[in-house]
Amino acid sequence: MDYLYLYDNFWALTVTGLSLGAIYALIALGYTLVYGVLQLINFAHSEVFMYGTFAVSWVLLFVGAHANGSLPQVIGWFAMALVAAMLMSCAIALLLERVAYRPLRRRHAPRLVALISAIGASFALAEAMGLRDRITGWVGLDDVLHRYVFNARENIGTPDIIHPEAVFRLFDYRVTNVDILVITSAFVMMVLLDQFVQRSRLGRGIRSVSQDPEAAALMGVNADRVIQVTFALGGLAAGGAAALYMFKIGVSRYDVGFILGVKAFTAAVLGGIGNLRGALLGGLLLGVVENYGSALVGSQWKDVVAFVLLVVILLLRPTGLLGESLSGARA
Amino acid sequence: MNIPEAVRPSTVRANLSASPKWLKLIFLVAAAAFMYALPILEPPIISTPDTEFAGVLFTVTTYVLVALGLNIVIGYAGLLDLGYIGFYAVGAYTVAVLGSEHGHLSWLICLPIAAVVATLSGLILGAPTLRVRGDYLAIVTLGFGEIIRLTAINSSWLGAAFGISDVPKPPSVHLFEVPHLVWNRGVASVDLSNKSTFLEFGVIDSVPYYWLGLTMVILVLIADRLIKDSRVGRSWEATREDENAAEVMGVPTFKFKLLAFAMGAFIGGLSGGLYATVNSFVSPASFLLLYSILFVAAVVVGGAGNRWGVIVGAIAVAYLPERFRGFTDYRVMVFGIALIALAIFRPQGLLPPRRTVRARKLPGGAIEGGGLNA
Repeated sequence: MDYLYLYDNFWALTVTGLSLGAIYALIALGYTLVYGVLQLINFAHSEVFMYGTFAVSWVLLFVGAHANGSLPQVIGWFAMALVAAMLMSCAIALLLERVAYRPLRRRHAPRLVALISAIGASFALAEAMGLRDRITGWVGLDDVLHRYVFNARENIGTPDIIHPEAVFRLFDYRVTNVDILVITSAFVMMVLLDQFVQRSRLGRGIRSVSQDPEAAALMGVNADRVIQVTFALGGLAAGGAAALYMFKIGVSRYDVGFILGVKAFTAAVLGGIGNLRGALLGGLLLGVVENYGSALVGSQWKDVVAFVLLVVILLLRPTGLLGESLSGARA
Repeated sequence: MNIPEAVRPSTVRANLSASPKWLKLIFLVAAAAFMYALPILEPPIISTPDTEFAGVLFTVTTYVLVALGLNIVIGYAGLLDLGYIGFYAVGAYTVAVLGSEHGHLSWLICLPIAAVVATLSGLILGAPTLRVRGDYLAIVTLGFGEIIRLTAINSSWLGAAFGISDVPKPPSVHLFEVPHLVWNRGVASVDLSNKSTFLEFGVIDSVPYYWLGLTMVILVLIADRLIKDSRVGRSWEATREDENAAEVMGVPTFKFKLLAFAMGAFIGGLSGGLYATVNSFVSPASFLLLYSILFVAAVVVGGAGNRWGVIVGAIAVAYLPERFRGFTDYRVMVFGIALIALAIFRPQGLLPPRRTVRARKLPGGAIEGGGLNA
């Protein structure tokens, strides 16, 4: 137990924990939304995120972004990367819903089968990315796309378009512009999503289906449309998370989704699955506690700390910290 | 409307259940004898051209063992366990620690201890977590599997990332030698240069290990049958179908769930110990979370709740990728696509339990589980 290290680096650990936690929270939104509506663990959501990180990398490669851009250039690249990641993740999420979930829903398959289908989709999507050099080779595009597909099983990076610079000091830790960007953008995205679900017509549809699918259908809510929108929203959030992840960490791989997906799901359960604000709270808490824990017992135990936290919370409060309800308010 | 395929009683099953008991017994004994002889016969189509056939068969038996154990947890008791690899790893590491790293106990003592330690770990994990709801159980067990692996990586006592080598072998008894067959364009001949010694647990020949594994599979199958048809099996079924109703009828559901968990862990530990024996080496890299997912896939693909179904599933998951090694790079992708296709076109699994088939005939046609409410 290294209390001194924790004490000395308390603010550094807090801020980096918050920015990683914000990314967990954005991914967790996708799990929580789908769980709220379908009562299903969308196992392939981690792949939705992974495709987003690749979209960022490809777009920046395509426009030739580099580390020394002027301010308008950097803003343009950032916007392009964000939009590309969100579109890509949204498209993958919709594809997933169409191919792996909708046919099962039509047949009223048991939940375990939906999980198997999702696992299959997760494998197929991850491997398709890991074999992208071969797959483009089949259609004869591997020469044209060489820059994007070579070394398909290795890490893929992005240029450091936003140079981390200290903006202000929080006690003894220099908070960088990247930290601020990640935390604020994640927060803005989550507020937008929450307001969409709380206020818009489609959001009301989502909440009604999650409360009582049959009654919602009787009131004229088109369940298929609502489920599609739910997946799309989860995909958009995961895309946002992917873009922020690439600016913060900068490296991705075809199998990067797995561990992040497990963490994000943990975050969703922590806050109370099916609850949007719970996902935010769970993500931030997980990121911070994970950092404190790894400071105390060594960084190689980081994932263990996360799971132990999950087990403890589930034992003390089985519905998560904020309870399970997509509509947020609980009586 | 056409009757769904699953409703029609399968003819094999109908014929088998109609035949007298002695015929059934003869059939089963003949099938078992054929299974024992399989690595000796090396039949041309099913034999694996690129890897040693007996080795592949052994891998298949460990998967079958694991699938039978996990079937108790998922199929009978209806608990989704995504961290089954954890028990497997506990079994493997117990054998390795007691027999090589921190002791020199005989294999005959190590293996039962491994199963018992795995059972204990199942009880320790199950006692607090089986009170939480089904989906949470999935994520908690997922975490458990990962914690076991990370602990193995980070503890030098457990050999850290390098693992533990020189795991003990079972004691050998030399009784007689069996020559293998060689097939040449459909004609079999005896290959006297390639022999397996009956019960010599060496380094090169995997056949005796396969026999050992197969024997365990048969023992577990018999135990499985006895338990499933007893009061315990019925209690599991009641708990799975409706926990509240079962509790009202006087079934102590928590106790029975814990029992299912412990028995699953026992079998998982056993197969893990067996795995460590054959490889004579354990390392954290062999216990990835991916395998947990593969185990669950084996159970569900075959048909959770039917012991013959999960055996078919385990064979499909373990054998097919070995048989078609030419597609090595694509096998995970093909496997993923196959899982989706299977979930869509045959959601009840390849060989569903009979009760599900019967339930389908009931008005409403709902099958167990919440289903996708939409």
